[in-house]
Amino acid sequence: MNERQRASDELPDAAGHFGPFGGRFVPEALVAALDELEAAHRAAMADEAFRAELADLLRDYAGTPSLLYEARRFSAQVGARVLLKREDLNHTGAHKVRNVLGQALLTRRMGKKRVIAETGAGQHGVAAATAAALFDLDCVVYMGQVDTERQALNVARMRMLGARVVPVTTGSRTLKDAMNEAMRDWVANVDETHYLIGTAAGPHPFPALVRDFVRGIGDEARAQCLDLTGALPDAVTACVGGGSNALGIFHAFVDDPQVRLYGFEAGGDGVATGRHAASITGGSTGVLHGTRTYVLQDADGQTQESHSISAGLDYPGVGPEHAWLHDSGRASYQPVTDDEAMAAFELLCRTEGIIPAIESAHALAGTLTVAGKLAAELGRQPTIVVNLSGRGDKDVHTAGEYFGILDRE
Amino acid sequence: MSRIGVAFDKARADGRALLVGCMPAGFPTVEGSIAAMTAMVSAGVDVIEVEIPYSDPVMDGPVIQRASDIALAGGVRTRDTLRIVEAVAGTGVPVVTMTYWNPIERYGVDAFARDLAAAGGTGLITPDLIPEEAGEWLAASDAYGLDRTFLVAPSSTDERLTMTVGHCRGFVYATAIMGVTGARSQTSQAAPLLVSRVRQVTDLPVGVGLGVGTGAQAATVAGYADAVIVGSALIRCLVDAPDEAAGLAALRTLSAELAEGVRQPDR
Repeated sequence: MNERQRASDELPDAAGHFGPFGGRFVPEALVAALDELEAAHRAAMADEAFRAELADLLRDYAGTPSLLYEARRFSAQVGARVLLKREDLNHTGAHKVRNVLGQALLTRRMGKKRVIAETGAGQHGVAAATAAALFDLDCVVYMGQVDTERQALNVARMRMLGARVVPVTTGSRTLKDAMNEAMRDWVANVDETHYLIGTAAGPHPFPALVRDFVRGIGDEARAQCLDLTGALPDAVTACVGGGSNALGIFHAFVDDPQVRLYGFEAGGDGVATGRHAASITGGSTGVLHGTRTYVLQDADGQTQESHSISAGLDYPGVGPEHAWLHDSGRASYQPVTDDEAMAAFELLCRTEGIIPAIESAHALAGTLTVAGKLAAELGRQPTIVVNLSGRGDKDVHTAGEYFGILDRE
Repeated sequence: MSRIGVAFDKARADGRALLVGCMPAGFPTVEGSIAAMTAMVSAGVDVIEVEIPYSDPVMDGPVIQRASDIALAGGVRTRDTLRIVEAVAGTGVPVVTMTYWNPIERYGVDAFARDLAAAGGTGLITPDLIPEEAGEWLAASDAYGLDRTFLVAPSSTDERLTMTVGHCRGFVYATAIMGVTGARSQTSQAAPLLVSRVRQVTDLPVGVGLGVGTGAQAATVAGYADAVIVGSALIRCLVDAPDEAAGLAALRTLSAELAEGVRQPDR
């Protein structure tokens, strides 16, 4: 893995900055742990044995490389050649398993026996609980109370796997508050605990570390696309909440200027309504959860509550590398509303027999939006790789309610 | 020397520690918080720490978060905080402000420093800002003659401790425990060691916070620190009270007990 060195690997700098973004805005009590983690990460990535063990786990346990599937019936509706990167087929049903296996190996390497995690839709929580079971680690997952209710199935999964799920009742009771609570736990228990953070956000080295563990998505997709089509894609698309799946697939293409990168944020009811989770489109530069990035905030710097039909995207910040990719103009970020996402969700179900995560449905909806413009610009049908980051089992209840198709007693 | 430096010198001459009492600005209301802080001063609290309420206080436990949520729900703004600083500083006690970093960045770092100095504030405690990320604040605090208090922790290496203390002015904040705010039944074993490590690298006064809630605990910490910093236990007086008058009465009682404690250090 990660054999191809790229110019984009030069970021972050030694202090964890991506241009003006990133860094460490944390209590001093955590700095020693972040330093330890940074050193462990650097040593591990340089260690052949570590890389080989992770590669074996990813292949034999997680089931990667995931397929790159040409969605012909969906393509016909989109007006583009759409290739789906099937991260939904990974063990635990999402790209998240790549990150947790890497971090679980690091946890063992640091000699720690306990992991904590935060989760929104639950996919990261399920992945963390899975890795904890596999590595015999104690696992506590913080989840906003609102999310425990809308993701009850995943809460049950985590408990089956032996994790303790703690519903967080402060603030907006969603992913943001789960992250606050996990940080508090970490401050108090940092000696024996690793914070197995679920996205490419948080203080340095987390954004770089998570990127390293998920970048295989893009490495695989790039090679698979070349094999299948003989060329690089015209565009790569992904949904963006915290942004780990998007970064994972983007990273391999950052140094290919002919490949357009599109991140689709959760536009909720529409950015103009204020009820959304589009941090880049509708937010401003600030500091949240240990990093400088784009944040949904009011005039006083208080974090504003986000909204999305997708619990996994319902977060008022974004990983700092995305903030940098936006400001540098390398990637384009656009909002997708709840309704647009659900229309794309339904379309993929009916054309391909694949029920996507609602997160991933945002990427599908955004693809529908940009395909026409791309075709006009290129003067031909574009090839677009979409990161289908997760499967929709966990969202069946939400989607069933949205479409009004649940039978009531 | 800042007003807080004068207070530390006087307390040292008297052989005692200072009592620093913390309260979120705007809790339960703007006027209510001024009344609470004034009551603390009249009951013997030497320095008032005004915390700017923040939506995501990762270093704070449930009591402070609840009080901050009440303040924010009541519509308190950063400029209200400055009005509170001005009102409390008017009583003659040194007022130090504690804040998570984002509200200051949003206000404008230089503008905030200017307005805080104009309001009579002595400086800022920054729980989530380490010196490496503090370039703008270092410049602004220099420009307006404000103290800056960074935190040191039991986990700080000697190298980091020296670097951090080197950027402090006014006093150093030693976090007594690895954990969030909230009164505990026992004070920390790690704190005396941490204070002695700080003393090896600076003459600045050292304040110890996190975990102090009784007069006896205050006396223990006063035995080795220059300031005893109390937040959650004082705030709980108001959070738990049936009405404002009862809250203020409880606040006065606990403030007096803590003030007595810092005057009888366990040495």
